[in-house]
Amino acid sequence: MAESHAGANRRDFIQVASTTMGVVGAACVAWPLIDQMNPAADTLALLTTEFDISGVEEGMSVTIVWRGKPVFVRHRTEKEVEEARSVDLDDLPDPEVDADRTTNPKFLVMVGVCTHLGCVPLGQKATDPKGEWGGWFCPCHGSHYDTSGRIRKGPAPSNLSVPPHEYISDTVIRIG
Amino acid sequence: MGARAFFWVTMVAAVAFSDGISSAKAAGKAVDIPSQEWSFQGIFGTFDRGELQRGFQVYKEVCSGCHSLNYIAFRNLVDLGFNEIEIKAIAAEYEVEDGPNDDGEMYSRAALPSDRFPAPFPNANAARASNGGALPPDLSLMAEARSDGSNYLFALMTGYRDPPAGIVLAEGMNYNVYFSGHQIAMAMPLAEDGVDYADGTKATVAQQARDVTAFLTWASEPNMEQRKRIGVMTVLFLLIMTVLLYVSKRRVWAAVH
Amino acid sequence: MSGPNFPNPIVRWIDHRLPIFTLMHHEMHEYPTPKNLNYWWNFGSLAGIVLVIMLVTGIVLSMHYTAHVDYAFQSVERIMRDVNYGWMIRYIHANGASFFFIVVYIHIFRGLYFGSYKAPRELLWILGVVILLLMMATAFMGYVLPWGQMSFWGATVITNLFSAIPGIGDWIVTLLWGGFSVDNPTLNRFYSLHYLLPFAIVGVVVLHIWALHRFGSNNPLGIDVRGKQDSIPFHPYYTIKDMFGLGVFLIIFSAVVFFMPNAMGHPDNYIPANPMVTPANIVPEWYFLPFYAILRAIPDKLLGVIAMFAAIGVLFILPWLDRSPVRSGTFRPIFKVFFWMLLADCVLLTYLGAKPPEGVYVILARIGTFYYFFHFLILLPALSIFETPKPLPRSISQPVLGSGAAAAAAAMPKENS
Repeated sequence: MAESHAGANRRDFIQVASTTMGVVGAACVAWPLIDQMNPAADTLALLTTEFDISGVEEGMSVTIVWRGKPVFVRHRTEKEVEEARSVDLDDLPDPEVDADRTTNPKFLVMVGVCTHLGCVPLGQKATDPKGEWGGWFCPCHGSHYDTSGRIRKGPAPSNLSVPPHEYISDTVIRIG
Repeated sequence: MGARAFFWVTMVAAVAFSDGISSAKAAGKAVDIPSQEWSFQGIFGTFDRGELQRGFQVYKEVCSGCHSLNYIAFRNLVDLGFNEIEIKAIAAEYEVEDGPNDDGEMYSRAALPSDRFPAPFPNANAARASNGGALPPDLSLMAEARSDGSNYLFALMTGYRDPPAGIVLAEGMNYNVYFSGHQIAMAMPLAEDGVDYADGTKATVAQQARDVTAFLTWASEPNMEQRKRIGVMTVLFLLIMTVLLYVSKRRVWAAVH
Repeated sequence: MSGPNFPNPIVRWIDHRLPIFTLMHHEMHEYPTPKNLNYWWNFGSLAGIVLVIMLVTGIVLSMHYTAHVDYAFQSVERIMRDVNYGWMIRYIHANGASFFFIVVYIHIFRGLYFGSYKAPRELLWILGVVILLLMMATAFMGYVLPWGQMSFWGATVITNLFSAIPGIGDWIVTLLWGGFSVDNPTLNRFYSLHYLLPFAIVGVVVLHIWALHRFGSNNPLGIDVRGKQDSIPFHPYYTIKDMFGLGVFLIIFSAVVFFMPNAMGHPDNYIPANPMVTPANIVPEWYFLPFYAILRAIPDKLLGVIAMFAAIGVLFILPWLDRSPVRSGTFRPIFKVFFWMLLADCVLLTYLGAKPPEGVYVILARIGTFYYFFHFLILLPALSIFETPKPLPRSISQPVLGSGAAAAAAAMPKENS
């Protein structure tokens, strides 16, 4: 070849540079195409939900929507709190102390989605079956949850999850 | 030879197209819209936060009585330089309808940052009924829904005049130099010192028109600054890459020529 | 088989069972291409790349778009405001449509000038015209989807064209609408077809390339490739040249997308559709303007529609209208003049399509329409008989060989050995 050695090097450099830029460019183009599938700004604006618990009387349950999922808010009776606190941790498939699951022991707040395959357990309405431990019962595959929302029997691997929440006043909780 | 001529004819064609399109857009407007200087024009243009906040105040205190802003949520006001707490406070000034509640009834509550600006009228018919049959249009896209939108909005708001001799206005109409047909149902919206600017700016009609135009331009395209920023980077990147490709092409073809 | 010898064993394993790599090697790598193609030949592959850009952005947009008259406009605004990079993707798609037509129109005029439609490439040309028709249908239906004022009234006006058909016209229009005006059923079917037709375009593009590779590219001299010395392998010569052309294209395209994204749109389409109020003047997208001018130039409704469709229809029979054995306009002194007149005529018609149909514009549009058909139906057949072409070069490499035979020979060791 007539090309000098220096010329060949320069050509290599140009080729490497153009290829690199092409790869970087392709990655820059790919990102918006992927990121558009992430939650949009209007979805992200609904990340937190505020809820006034003052209307929830003792023994009453309310289901609210948070990030498109049901959240159970239960104002527990003395008896239910007592039951939840007196359980021997060795009896639990997913041992967790009730006090760790609530900020205010009266109010249990948890995501109402069965940890087995995502059905919504029954037990919010007075007439619902509440399972053998008087909490919640998932009709899909028969998981029983106690009055602290902990799994006691059935295929679900873990307790109903407690979403991050805090009291921003005496009666208002912010979930998320 | 042929190639060069081809190039020039294509260029002439492009100019003719753009002339044809712009003249088509301009048709129906009798008067030329004067151009203003805007901070957001040009490829490096950005919004002036102070101007946007003042414009928002004008919208809130003057326009929002009749005009909705359907596509803007309170959370979007972060672009104007407000922080989260301020936005919550602004939102809380508004009532929005929510529901139905457990009794099956709709109820009002204070707006949240995630809510959109509530419309002044529940529907178009109610809006017409309250405005002598004329429908005050939604303002979210006004700067894009009119040709040369920003200049047009400024011109319209400062274009109210006494009708020239011999022109009889229809009932409830006002004379505006820049409105198509010159007869507009909207009475002159801005008044000298009609708002009280927090930053001490003198609220002349021109100043308010300018501010609210900037605000509505932002509302039409809240992503404009991001668009231009990405655009500058993209074009620079492509320029470098294309130069490299050109050099590569020359080298590959050196053996053929 | 003289298949290439792939070094990668996995590639070899697959290729033995499905010779896809051999096919790609033949058609995209060693595919012999005339060595004298100028930059006007970039626009074919460029059109293919724009088609891919449109498909990708379109599929992404459809993840967020809602085809319902009550939600379409606001779902588009949600894309513009809330979806991550949604504004960018939509601006690329909307402006991409315009750029697709720019690229394809240049590609077509290149074919017209250099006689790329002549034997043996008639079918290649016809497939190209089919692609143009499909593109027009797709672009028209896509413009309806945002459900702005221009969407709605464009759909109304264009579908009403079919009412000109005698006897069954009104029935066809009702069938297209799925109702008695442009409404939700119309929007839904347009969305369905707007998603489908691009894939039909891909199919015809494959046939177009297949037909192209049967005889290879035409070239600026319009004479056949006589041997190996006239051609070079597609890769790397034309791949790198196409990449460079793509870079130039992307610079212009990006400048429009990022700095003037609404320049080629119409402001009225940012007003939600209102079936009760027609905008002051309805103008189709710029790429339809010449056809719109022809439609309006003819005072009779049915004849106007026929003329408009004939304006494209005449391209189908072009290979049999121009019987001159010489392909390239470079060697046809009279044809060359009239080619530029045709291009000027199309520019004029585009300009007139955006003007109101009154006064001098109507007269000019009639002259323009007359010339358009005169060119194809009278002039080209006549030129085939009366024109005396200039002498053709003996081969593609002859001019090169004449000036620097030694250099060219040194550059082509393979062919000479």
